[in-house]
Amino acid sequence: MKSSRQLEMLVGVFMAIGLVALFFLAMQVSNLGTLHTGDSYRVQARFDNIGSLKVKAPVTMAGVEVGRVARIGFDKERFQAVVGLDIYAEYDEIPEDTYAKILTAGLLGEQYVGLDPGGSDEVLKDGSEIEITQSALVLEEVIGQFIFSKAQEGGK
Amino acid sequence: MTEALARLGQSGIIFVRHLGRATVLLLHVLTSMGEVLRRPRLLLEQLFSVGVLTVLIIAVSGLFVGMVLSLQGYYILSQFAAEATLGVMVAASLVRELGPVVTALLFAGRAGSALTAEIGLMKATEQLSGLEMMAVDPVRRVLTPRFMAGFISMPLLAALFSALGVVGGWFVGVGLLGVDDGAWWGQMQARIDWNEDLLNGVIKSLVFGFACLWIAVFQGYNCVPTSAGVSRATTRTVVHSSLAVLALDFALTALMFN
Repeated sequence: MKSSRQLEMLVGVFMAIGLVALFFLAMQVSNLGTLHTGDSYRVQARFDNIGSLKVKAPVTMAGVEVGRVARIGFDKERFQAVVGLDIYAEYDEIPEDTYAKILTAGLLGEQYVGLDPGGSDEVLKDGSEIEITQSALVLEEVIGQFIFSKAQEGGK
Repeated sequence: MTEALARLGQSGIIFVRHLGRATVLLLHVLTSMGEVLRRPRLLLEQLFSVGVLTVLIIAVSGLFVGMVLSLQGYYILSQFAAEATLGVMVAASLVRELGPVVTALLFAGRAGSALTAEIGLMKATEQLSGLEMMAVDPVRRVLTPRFMAGFISMPLLAALFSALGVVGGWFVGVGLLGVDDGAWWGQMQARIDWNEDLLNGVIKSLVFGFACLWIAVFQGYNCVPTSAGVSRATTRTVVHSSLAVLALDFALTALMFN
């Protein structure tokens, strides 16, 4: 049997290694290290079609992440998708007439919300709505339109 | 016909009796946990033999599982020119499934069987009865420290397995196969959720630890006190633990990730 001191040391080293491994997994492997924990404000945008946009998808401006999709709902009267966007509090000078569109990362990647700044002096605040939006590009529709136009050309 | 029916009934009664005994033993172990905390020396010794001595096999397996995952994943992903997501694949499969499950299987083989054999031999050589003669509760003195040590060790070992797996996968993927280093870590951090993936993995390993330890301790305490009985109990520990881990994994995965 090992001496008491040695035993304590070895068990201590074991516990430390295990905790370091957990810490490594949390900070380096998962998103805990890059998670945005600060304040944010909520704005709304309506889309005719959001494609396969998911909650927690990034909201970007010029390619930089400025927020996250917080909520996806459906407007029963206007038959539109209502998307709540959490914009991080440090980006508090986004013009009110900003243009929101749903984009796809790569050809088959995940969908995200891209913001193009407008020129207004008024800025987006908590609860305000983005008026100008563009729906997601649905690949089947694009292909359908393409085939339709080809068929019309062939008919002439 | 009646013979077969009687045998079926008998095995049913034996099963229920074992289940009842195991539950009573578990309650006894759980209620005496406070006593063990007052004598940390007992726990320390068991943490050494259950935890520290298992580190090596866990570390080596984790490293190699990660390396193999990376190799195999690269083979498939490179067909779709999606090598950049190799890190996500390796990390997700390790953190969600392979880390907790393989650790639990190795733990049952390395530590669970040793626990059963030790407790079984104590029973066969009447050391447990000796303790009782001296008015020392053998469950509190012998079983509970082992149970607690295993329960503490399991999540730490699973985390070690996953972490070293990621490092091994990184070594093969980035070091040998030429996947971009930034893409490896960046995509991984973007796609692995600390709450959904990591925390659920830790919960899994806690549940597996609980099941493995319960089986190991019960089989040892309940074995037939002969050399053949101890050997059978040890085998049963490994088999039952492995089956329990796989069945629980299916149930937990269905609950957590659907």
